[in-house]
Formats: sequence, C-alpha cells, structure tokens
Amino acid sequence: MNRNGRLWRFYLAHERLLLGLTVVVLFLVAWEGLGRGWWADGLTPLLGRSAEALRLKPIFVSSPSAVAKAAYRLYFVTGEIWPHLAASGLELVAGLAAAIVVGIPLGLVAGRYRLLSAALEPFMSAFNATPQIAFLPLIILWIGAGFGARVLIIYLLTVVPILINAHAAVRTVDRRLLQVAHSFGASEARIFRSIILPSSVPFLLGGLRLAIGRGMIGIIVGELYGQAIGVGLMINRAGALFQTDKVFVGVLTIVAAGLALTEVVRRIERRVELWRASGLEGGG
Amino acid sequence: MTKVKLEAQDVSLEYRQPRTGNRTLALDRVSLSIADGEFVSIVGPSGCGKTTFLTVVDGLIPASGGRIVVDGVEVNKPGPDRALVFQDASLLPWRTVLKNVCYGLECAGVKAAEAGQRAQRFIDMVGLSGFENHYPYELSGGMQQRVNLARALVVDPKILLMDEPFAALDAQTREFMQEELLRIRFEAGKTVLFITHQIDEAIFLSDRVIVFSARPGRVKATIKIDLERPRKLPLKRDPRFHAYEDQIWTLIHDEAVEAAQAP
Repeated sequence: MNRNGRLWRFYLAHERLLLGLTVVVLFLVAWEGLGRGWWADGLTPLLGRSAEALRLKPIFVSSPSAVAKAAYRLYFVTGEIWPHLAASGLELVAGLAAAIVVGIPLGLVAGRYRLLSAALEPFMSAFNATPQIAFLPLIILWIGAGFGARVLIIYLLTVVPILINAHAAVRTVDRRLLQVAHSFGASEARIFRSIILPSSVPFLLGGLRLAIGRGMIGIIVGELYGQAIGVGLMINRAGALFQTDKVFVGVLTIVAAGLALTEVVRRIERRVELWRASGLEGGG
Repeated sequence: MTKVKLEAQDVSLEYRQPRTGNRTLALDRVSLSIADGEFVSIVGPSGCGKTTFLTVVDGLIPASGGRIVVDGVEVNKPGPDRALVFQDASLLPWRTVLKNVCYGLECAGVKAAEAGQRAQRFIDMVGLSGFENHYPYELSGGMQQRVNLARALVVDPKILLMDEPFAALDAQTREFMQEELLRIRFEAGKTVLFITHQIDEAIFLSDRVIVFSARPGRVKATIKIDLERPRKLPLKRDPRFHAYEDQIWTLIHDEAVEAAQAP
C-alpha cells in the first residue's frame, strides 16, 4: 500500500474509529447472514449438509434489517415504545436521584468521621457483597409490584457504587489541604464545602457512571413482575410472543440510553479532570 | 528591636507512636522570643522537630507543656494572627491563583468583592500580576510558592510562619526566591519565623538564627547575624557570611554526629 497516499493518511487520522466501525459492520453482516441463510448457502459446497447448521430461524436470531424495520415501526409508525420509554426513564431518574441524595451525603460524612465509618463498615460491606436483585421478592412482598418497587430496586442497585465511591473519596483527600483549611481556622462546614467536596467530585462522577450501568439492570429486572409498563416489560412480553426483532429493539434502546448517559458523565469528568490530572503531576 | 511579638515559653511536645505505643519527646522545653519586625530562622539536623515546632506555634498541634504567646496573649489554636506558609505549596488545585489567595479571607468571613481586592494587592506584590486566572498546575514550583506566600500575607497576620518553603525548588530558583522574600517581607513589614535546613538560606534571610539540637528538639544556640540590609545575593560570598556558615555548620554537625551515634 502507498504509505503516503491520501487514503492511508485518512486511515491514520481516524484509525480508532475506522477499526471499531469495521468490526461493527462485520458483525452486522454476519448476523444478517445467519438470519437469511447466506452462510448456509455459501458454505454448502465446502461443508456439505452440516452447513445447514448456519441457517437459523429468524424467530430466534432476527436480523439487523428486521430489527431496524421493527425499530422504525415502534418509534415512528405505531409510536408504542414512547410510553414504555417514558415510564422506564421516570423509574431510572427517581431511583438514581434518591441514590444520589442519600448516597453522596452519607458516604461523605461516613468517610469524614472515623466512628461513623466504623459503625457503617460491616453494613456497607455486606450490602456491597449482596446481589441487590435478591431483595426483589421482599420488596414486592412489602410494597407490591408497582412503580414504587421498581424505583426501589433501581435505588438499591445504584446507591451502592455512589455510596462506596463517596466514602473512598473522602479518604483520599490531600491531608495537606485539610491542614491549610485548619490553619486558616476554617469551620467544619467550610472544610466540607471548600476542600472535601471539590476534591471528591471526580470520585462521585465515577460512582455515578457505575450507577448508570446498574440502573439499566434495575430497569429490566424491576419490570419482570406485575402489570407494568416500561422498556423492560416490552422486552419480556415480546420475548414471550417470539417477537425477536422487538426484543432487540428494546435491548438496543437500553444500550443506547446507557451509553448516552455514561457519555454525559464522562464529558463532565473530562472537564473536571482538566485541573486534576495535570495538577497531580505538576504539584510541588 | 522593641516589643516582643511572639514568645515560646518552655514548649514541650510528647506524643505516642501509633505503632509501638512508645512515648517520644519531640520538643524539649523550647523557649524563644521574636521581636516585632524581626526575621528569625530555625535550623537543625533533620528530624529535630523544627517543623513540628512551627505547627505547634500555628496551633495545629497542641503543645504538651509550655505556652505560645502572641502580643501578650496566649494562643492554643490556629488564629488570624499567625499564617503558615507550607512546605509544599498546598494550593487548592481546583481554584485559580486569585481564588487560592482569597481562601484565608473567605475562612475569616471577608466578603468576596473585598477579598478579591485585597488579594490583588498581594498577587501584585509577589510578582504574579497577569496570572490571577491560572490554575496551580499551570504554574512552576517557584510561582506556586509565591501564591502560597501571598495566601498567607493577605490575611494580614502579625507573624508569618514559613516551613522550608523553598526546599523543593531548584538551586537557582531558590536563591532568587530568597531575594524576593526579603523584598516582599520588607514591603509587607512582617515578623517572620522561618524553618530551613539550609544554613546559607537562614543566614541570608535572618536577623537571628536559632540552632536546634537533635531530637528531642531543644534550643542549642542563638546566633545574631550582623549583616547590613538590604541584602543581595553577592553577600553570600562575603567572608563574614562564611564565618557565620562555619559557626553554624559546626554546631549542627556536632548534633548530627551525636544523633547518629545515639543507640
């Protein structure tokens, strides 16, 4: 290949993007081929009848084109996904908001005061080690399988990384900065506001990023039970009716939402990292 | 030299080693006094407790015995009458230069607008005009120490406590900062207690140099530096300067040898 060619330079400039894109395209082609029997037809001369194993029923694997068609129908023709999306979004926002409101202050305070930390440590460790989904039957027993239960399971899943990261954040606050604050006679409230909170921000955002991924799990699991509405429920029902393309539309919608939210947090992180990353190296 | 600004009376500090549980005496009845407007340095072998002494004077660590008196009033916790210039610049990395300098004023409850005005004067004084909106990571080590100094000066303390502020700087920057410190200190008119392990730095800056003994820290000797001000760096080549250096070096060397031979 011409190493100075324009094509080569274009490749170098976008290497990461192009490599990622290539794999996605290959994957989609392979998938489409399974649903349409391309592989079975193409490989029969080579493999004989055993190539028929590569001919899968669309009802099991669907195909990218079928999924795209279904997505278009669900989003723009019938529009039936929107109420599901709104319901799931509301659950996520409510559960995550509660986790932030409880997890961040509790984690920060527990990180700051040794005795409180010691008191909460066993509980936090045990809760962290528990698959929080295991609480679902209990939750349904207590408050029924309604909106509240779904918010609660999302809350339980997301509060863990938020709480643990907030707790760890306080432990890593630069002690010299605390000494500066003490030396200027700063009040405890001011120390929290001016030293502990700002230096914790990167950890809090990291916790939030983890929480978003767990929140997505909460959406799916929480909607397994009861007369619900939501993307998770839509996936469940479509699965039971062998509407494979609809299942994929639901799953991909969750994936896209998770990626978008994570990207938002990552952008905020990058803005914060501006002072942080370089500040740590250049300190003297 | 008229009035006494700061007095340490028989200040001792004993602490328990967290791992072994043994009691260690870090400071042993340290007594010294600093006159208004005086520049005093403490030198001593490493580990002699000079930095510890400074944190006790600032009030960050309570003394086990003795008293710290500022302007006739006993103090036992940090207060606006003393300001500490830290060894590592210890700037808040998420704050700009201006906001860092304002920090002490904010802690003292000064309104933001007034704090900004007062901070500006000291940013100019330490030679950082134009860098108000830079973040610490954008500054060199020497510039960070200037911010550190301005942050302490702006609260208008009666006495400035400086903990080896130039130790992390390279040799040229350090000497340049020594000269700068004399200029800034003259403009601001402050009493200074300065900790260093560099003998030439102590002589160059000070009216008096106090030599600490090896652990536990004790005042071993006080040497008055009779060199005219204003001082410029060539003074370090003066024979009188060398004589002071020899005198103090011998005092510290004896201590260091003794400390090394101790069981």
